[in-house]
Amino acid sequence: MTLHRRILILVSAIALLAAVGALAVVRASSRADEKNQVQAGGPPITRGEVTLAPGDGGRRIVFRNMAWGPHRDELSTVPADAPEGARTASAVSCLRFHSAGGTGICLQAEKGGVQDSYKAVVLDAHLKEVSSHPLAGIPTRARVSPGGHLVAWTVFVGGDSYAGTNFSTRTSLLDLRTGRFDASLEDFAIHKDGKTYRNADVNFWGVTFAADEQTFYATLATGGQTYLVRGDLTARTVTTLRENLECPSLSPDGTRLVFKKRVPGLSPDAPWRLYVLDLATMAETPLAEERSVDDQVVWTDDRTVVYSLPGDFGADLYSLPTDGSGAPARYMTSALAPAFLG
Amino acid sequence: MYVADSRGTPAPAVTPEPQAVAPGIRPGRRAALAPTVLALGTVSLITDVSSEMVTAVLPLYLVAGLGLTPLGFGLLDGLYNGVSALVRLTGGHLGDRFGRHKALAGIGYGLSALCKPLLLLAHTLPAIGAVLALDRTGKGLRTAPRDALISLSAAPEDRGRAFGVHRAMDTAGALIGPILAFLILRGAAEGYDAVFTVSACVAALGVLVLVLFVPGRRTAPTATGAPVSLRASFGLLGRRDLRRISLCALLLGLCTVSDAFVFLLLQHSTGIADRWFALLPLGTAAAFFLLALPLGRLADRIGRWRVFLGGHLALLAAYGILLVGGDQPALPYAVLLLHGAFYAATDGVLMATAAGAVPEEHQGGGLALVQTGQALARFAASLGFGAAWTFWGARPALAVAAVLLAGAVALCVRLRPQDGAGGGAAPEAGADPSGPEAPVADPAV
Repeated sequence: MTLHRRILILVSAIALLAAVGALAVVRASSRADEKNQVQAGGPPITRGEVTLAPGDGGRRIVFRNMAWGPHRDELSTVPADAPEGARTASAVSCLRFHSAGGTGICLQAEKGGVQDSYKAVVLDAHLKEVSSHPLAGIPTRARVSPGGHLVAWTVFVGGDSYAGTNFSTRTSLLDLRTGRFDASLEDFAIHKDGKTYRNADVNFWGVTFAADEQTFYATLATGGQTYLVRGDLTARTVTTLRENLECPSLSPDGTRLVFKKRVPGLSPDAPWRLYVLDLATMAETPLAEERSVDDQVVWTDDRTVVYSLPGDFGADLYSLPTDGSGAPARYMTSALAPAFLG
Repeated sequence: MYVADSRGTPAPAVTPEPQAVAPGIRPGRRAALAPTVLALGTVSLITDVSSEMVTAVLPLYLVAGLGLTPLGFGLLDGLYNGVSALVRLTGGHLGDRFGRHKALAGIGYGLSALCKPLLLLAHTLPAIGAVLALDRTGKGLRTAPRDALISLSAAPEDRGRAFGVHRAMDTAGALIGPILAFLILRGAAEGYDAVFTVSACVAALGVLVLVLFVPGRRTAPTATGAPVSLRASFGLLGRRDLRRISLCALLLGLCTVSDAFVFLLLQHSTGIADRWFALLPLGTAAAFFLLALPLGRLADRIGRWRVFLGGHLALLAAYGILLVGGDQPALPYAVLLLHGAFYAATDGVLMATAAGAVPEEHQGGGLALVQTGQALARFAASLGFGAAWTFWGARPALAVAAVLLAGAVALCVRLRPQDGAGGGAAPEAGADPSGPEAPVADPAV
């Protein structure tokens, strides 16, 4: 084949491949634009004032609005007794969010020159920024203690070309009373089976706080196994309590945890079921959700939890009794990361 | 690291004309860079743009796009490494056996290209794992035949430069890929399918450039005229120099702390803010990119073995800085520069060295052998370092790794390959008549 002909083939191939690539980018970008258009049949949303103060305007849900339109991803609120009613959107966007005691934690994406970066923003009751902390990776979990004094968040770190496909998590704790910031829970001493435990592969995620504003529960992963740990913020220790337990969430009365558990025999990409653990007896009860849930649930009261599952517009919320009875019921469409206030 | 390099080896018959840098000035036959090397470099550049596009957005895609928890993903990674080593040996041997390195490399590049559109269809973790495994297979299959093509198309005394050019172009692709991917995601939020489609197009272009512009010359038949047998491939270790090179690559590989740990240690000892953590590998890659060609040329002039060991001394220096620590702002830059210099002085240079130690008909198998030994050793080192970190803590583990590395370098100074490209002085060093008419000392079994 002559050089001339080879160059001709190359140039035509470049033109063809460039056209295919450009088409894919244009299609993806018009699809992204579509998400900025209000979807017919979606919940009505208007811009308004959103506060995190517990007493304001009765019992409310504050959440990340996933419905398409100009307020997509904004913190929004609805009355707790009318979850499918009209939404009020703030101008604050969050990927993950939680709130309690007049404090909010909002994990945000910051548009960068080329790549987005992420930050954790502590919000006061009027959604004003109290402090901001850069994040090492993609946000996954966020929690505020019941009294609003402690916040915790977890990000995924990794995915760079040299580290291969290994991922790790990093969980940070912030005490708003003292300003003490623990960049990584991995600095806490680990007590496992009565001994101090150390391993380079330790990962923490999914913190949930107790009402004493000092005790917390979280997931510890090491050696291919996950554990429930109870942590003490003052002593800076965590103690393993139980195996195969992820993303615990403590009930308002502090007696039970709902968590996700890897159930053997299920598909490895959807291996989780929800269980409730009674902390007094350490007895486990399966909940009535048959689908795999990859979320840290939120308690609406001492008998019910709410969690997200993938939906038509990102995610929908479902509610479920915590005594193992009943059936999951769709609670809200197009919503993620709810917090119940008041 | 250049200082460290001159300390590393007793200087034998000294380099002639160290100033004669420009190719045209030097007397004798310093040929222009072979077009094949440039073509292969271009293929690698394009392919790396494609694959690093995917690597860069994969975690984001898994977490944000598919809503998966990617933690279990790392567990599959070790498995792939083992598979990849076997595939690499197979690719090297088959290339030799049929004298068709280009075809083998083409199949490898083609397999990896095929994986990009498949990512559009895979929505579960096992399916994505399978696609990535196939991608690794393609990478394993093509590496040795491609390196064989590079060494066969360069003049023996220019192999360091040829591999340097190739590795620089390869790394340039790795630097461009993530930028392209994130530009696409900027234009189209959550446009992961667009990233994968563009990546597939880029990969296809890479295969096309290989097919069109890399000459598919068959290597000359063996002395007996029979195809290279499996036994002969295994018998390669009977060659004293290749045995020594493989042994040293293995030994040094066992003392090499894997990149992920280096970056973690760097963050531990200097307290780099979390938000910069993901950029650390780019620092290493940038230094690798800038230094690959100059160090490859240096290797041709002053001896490849010296530069190869000098690269490990650069790594040792990086360990030293990490151990001493401190909060000088220049410290992370110094570590990343030394870390990149380590790759620039070892990755292609080792291949250039090994190429001189095996005859033409065994290039694929010989290079695969050295690469595989090194890769397995590094994998073992990574497991060992993780355990040492657990039992002793990060700094003691690093101190032990540093002592072992220093010992290994000292040993490898003594194990220096005699003839072939490893020697100290320049002209003799490279001038290994590696044609089939001149079988090297040890006839194939």
